[in-house]
Amino acid sequence: MTYALELDRIGCEFQSNSNQSESYTAVQETTLNVSQGEFVSVVGPTGCGKSTLLNVAAGLLKPTTGEVRVFGKRLEGLNARAGYMFQAESLLPWRTALQNVMLGLEYKGVPLESAQSLAKDWLARVGLSRFADNYIHQLSGGMRKRVSLAQTLVLDPDIILMDEPLSALDIQTRQLMENEILEIWSKQKKAVVFITHDLDEAIAMSDRVVVLSAGPGTHPIGEFLVDLQRPRNVAEIRHDLQYTRLHEQIWNVLRDEVLKGYRQQLGPKEELIR
Amino acid sequence: MNSQLTPKTVFVNSRKKMLRLWQLLLAIALIGVWSLVAQDPQWAFFLGEPLAVLIRVIEWFVPIVVAPNEWLSSGIHGTGAIYIHLGVTLLETVLAFVIGTALGLSGGLWLALSPLASELLDPYIKALNSMPRVILAPIFGLWFGLGIWSKVALAVTLVFFVVFFNVYQGVKEVNPVLLANARMLGANASKLLKTVYLPSATSWVFSSLHSSVGLAFVGAVVGEYLGSARGVGYLILQAEGTFDVNTVFAGIVVLTICALVLDALVGRLERRLMRWQPPSSPSHSR
Repeated sequence: MTYALELDRIGCEFQSNSNQSESYTAVQETTLNVSQGEFVSVVGPTGCGKSTLLNVAAGLLKPTTGEVRVFGKRLEGLNARAGYMFQAESLLPWRTALQNVMLGLEYKGVPLESAQSLAKDWLARVGLSRFADNYIHQLSGGMRKRVSLAQTLVLDPDIILMDEPLSALDIQTRQLMENEILEIWSKQKKAVVFITHDLDEAIAMSDRVVVLSAGPGTHPIGEFLVDLQRPRNVAEIRHDLQYTRLHEQIWNVLRDEVLKGYRQQLGPKEELIR
Repeated sequence: MNSQLTPKTVFVNSRKKMLRLWQLLLAIALIGVWSLVAQDPQWAFFLGEPLAVLIRVIEWFVPIVVAPNEWLSSGIHGTGAIYIHLGVTLLETVLAFVIGTALGLSGGLWLALSPLASELLDPYIKALNSMPRVILAPIFGLWFGLGIWSKVALAVTLVFFVVFFNVYQGVKEVNPVLLANARMLGANASKLLKTVYLPSATSWVFSSLHSSVGLAFVGAVVGEYLGSARGVGYLILQAEGTFDVNTVFAGIVVLTICALVLDALVGRLERRLMRWQPPSSPSHSR
């Protein structure tokens, strides 16, 4: 079986900000394969290069070494089969919620009427029908994330890349959205790469959790299968015994890296670690 | 938005009314002092008289004739002559504003999106911007004649740079996440321009419109002042030639009111087209 997404011995080097001749290895020898329909979470300490890895998978960043394959084919340029949900605000403020959801359809040249009805459909699925004509500044943080989700999913991508999409939300909204994402995903099983620094979120949502080491030279140091039953409720599953055991196992691996990453951030080479 | 009267809005409203009252009183006081000083004929020769200025403005706008009487020693000889001059000045202003904004917008977009061109042209743009552009007026007079186009050209050089720098800055500072998101959604270069760069640049254009509409006006009037056969600038120049200070001041009053009206129109247009912006968003003008 071909994987939906293969990151094959990826390495990324950046030129240092302060010294042009110095270079900084963000990611080193990282291999990550994601099957069709699989939900994979990537956790790691802050600033370890999780987003770099996702940008490589999206084709927004060309790796220094290694290659990316999408459904067996070597990736050149942007990854057209992937949808990307960014951590930061990515909606166009001069468009309404509906117009934002329609954006990708417009780019693809879908006729206006069918684009509109598809976008409306997706807005309804994320519970925002009433807010279709609101501008972005008139929506709350949670609503904006829902619009982003609809904007990404309306294009029906085969691979969904999410970069800490919910990190800016309060805990209640966050759990609601986690459940919603799981529900939508369970209907049309896509390959998902979900970046997070929140271990609870990672375990509750995924089939597999990959732990990355602290930078520089980030690489996977542990992989854990999460065989908790689905459908899951992210708030309730946290009381499951198996969940607690997994959490402890993964945290044992992650803890040292988090401390290492923390120490580096305080260290003299602060500007190198992004 | 909120029609309810809370103690705070009542306080703010009454404070606003007080402020308006004091502003009005200040104006009356200033005009009063001016009138008193103008009682002396020698002072009046240099400073003009408020009443005479008012009469001149009325004569310009309303073609009525009042014979000299005990209140008005010189009477009113209304001609309605201002319209043709004001029309010319406003036409020059609007043309310069539209042409300058269009050129500034396209130039700013082009240079911001083409690093090579921007590096190549950088010193020239800096030089053109720091040059005192009013000095170009005689050259434009030579090139475009004494009609409206030499004034339009002068005003365009003033408007262009304001809009240009705002758009350039605006496009350079488009949020990279918005761009990455649009590209991931399948935007090609021309769609990126249409859906991300252009709307983003437009908001920067609007923040510069208030200053650029003023500059268009300045360019038109200065152009007229330096050589023309029509326009409010021409009227002022004629009056200065005969030491008619009252007419000069009347011209200044008319120009000021026109500038305020133009600015209000731009404000209205801005509120209409920029509905997507949060109401309290800080404007980012240079």
